[in-house]
Amino acid sequence: MDTKRTTFNNRLLPYLLLAPQLAITLVFFIWPAAQAVKSSFEREDPFGFSTVFVGLTHYRQLIEDPNYLDALWRTAVFAVSVTILSMMLGLAFAAAVNRVTRSARIYTTLLVWPYAVAPVVAGVLWWFLFNTSTGLLPFFLERVGIRWDHDLNGTHAMILIIIAAAWKQISYNFLFFLAGLQSVPQSLIEAAAIDGSGPVRRFFTISLPLLSPTTFFLFIINVNYTMFDTFPIVDATTGGGPAQATTTLVYKVYQDGYVGLNIGSSSAQSVLLMLIVMLLTFVQFRFVERRVQY
Amino acid sequence: MVENRPFLTFLTHAFLILGFLVVALPVYVAIMASTHDVSTLMSGPVPLLPGSHFIDNYSTILTSAAAAHGLPNYSHMALNSLIMALTITAGKIAISILSAFAIVYFRFPFRLLAFWIIFVTLMLPVEVRIMPTYKIVADLGMLNSWAGLTVPLIASATATFLFRQFFMTVPDELLEAARVDGAGPMKFFRDILLPLSRTNIGALCVILFIYGWVQYLWPLLVTTDPGYYTLMMGMKRMVTAQDGVIEWQLVMAGSVLAMLPPILVVVFMQRLFIRGLTETEK
Repeated sequence: MDTKRTTFNNRLLPYLLLAPQLAITLVFFIWPAAQAVKSSFEREDPFGFSTVFVGLTHYRQLIEDPNYLDALWRTAVFAVSVTILSMMLGLAFAAAVNRVTRSARIYTTLLVWPYAVAPVVAGVLWWFLFNTSTGLLPFFLERVGIRWDHDLNGTHAMILIIIAAAWKQISYNFLFFLAGLQSVPQSLIEAAAIDGSGPVRRFFTISLPLLSPTTFFLFIINVNYTMFDTFPIVDATTGGGPAQATTTLVYKVYQDGYVGLNIGSSSAQSVLLMLIVMLLTFVQFRFVERRVQY
Repeated sequence: MVENRPFLTFLTHAFLILGFLVVALPVYVAIMASTHDVSTLMSGPVPLLPGSHFIDNYSTILTSAAAAHGLPNYSHMALNSLIMALTITAGKIAISILSAFAIVYFRFPFRLLAFWIIFVTLMLPVEVRIMPTYKIVADLGMLNSWAGLTVPLIASATATFLFRQFFMTVPDELLEAARVDGAGPMKFFRDILLPLSRTNIGALCVILFIYGWVQYLWPLLVTTDPGYYTLMMGMKRMVTAQDGVIEWQLVMAGSVLAMLPPILVVVFMQRLFIRGLTETEK
């Protein structure tokens, strides 16, 4: 990693400049993470007086625990559904806005603001819309023969949090896809048009393939978002229920550790989650290197 | 446009307007619900036209509604949210720009190590280290304090990277000229680098303000004293009805007010917002 050609040569100053950032990182990030790794190998007695080294016991218990495996599977379904739903809508809006150059700015304004809505508020809004007694959507669903009840039906609860989480993320995907579409060389589009291909065909044969780096990048970011940033949506609406149907991995760490005080298992879960984020971050940054070089 | 296709253009507009209506639906319904009284909302699907209780509901939420749930005043929670968002924004920008300055403009032992330590924060979101972080904050006696609410959140790898990238594009001649004129590193930083970074700082402010405003899990962990509750925690408390009846008209009024500040920031600073969003996430 490079510096400038010419640099200052103070000895102490750079450390002073870095001190606040490094202190916070060491105390509140790295130290707790190391603690999580440590206590994932230990069992604490009920009074917290002594700890015993138990090796991989917590991990083995997790892998054999059907509840944990269910949560893992549910998180995967949740993450992939939110990602696909919000990316497809984001791409559709971006393609449309890219066609109407003159009013692009107005439409952009109309579509970006959900990004600023807090996840917990987004959850509450959709929860209200789907509310069984006063909500708008169950009223219409009833007419087509669907009895909506996210308090009892796990699938309904899952659909609810998928929609709320995807809704918030559309604007993000929209902005990145729009930036991607605007950088597609106009000459390619014109050449294809002269050769007689229409707008739809040009979109699928030229723009979409050229967008593949953006698409890949957004896929990783969205999976990351759904796994880690949707905690407030779950907590404020379904609370992980009914019958664990919306308990994602992050929600389970919170419940087992902060609420249930099962430190060992919660730490092992934290460590497994860290491995997932590391993998996602690694993929993201590997990919970014390549994107810069084309 | 390459060719003129009026019908397709019409379809595009129709799709975008329809799309906007669908995206705006939950917020529209929330605004409508916040203008009715509780009996209207309880007696069937929410009306799609405004009712006559707009002033009632909003004055109730701003004065007494939160107290019924054991919460501080709405305006008190709003102020807490604002303090938290602004402190996090200022803190993140300050410590990131200083670290980026150190990493780009100095050569010193362990420079690479420092860079990697900062990078690692990307891989350790609060959500994966809930318990141990809570414990360290408790051990340091920072539960229920402004420091506990904000300081652990102000480390920022993305902001540091953004400033680093920007500093790399600043011409070396500026530094050489400053040195010839006898300026030390801090004078160079203050008089040259800081003014040049204005746009980047502005873009980061928008993104980080939203980040700070919507924080939920962290305040939930480190505050039990209602005096420190933010709006986001208040919202959650208000939908957890004690006696089974959720006063939706008040919850919706509260939601509308709680989402207003960050939405206004995004709409009125759209250019900075888009810049901040597309440049911090690389």
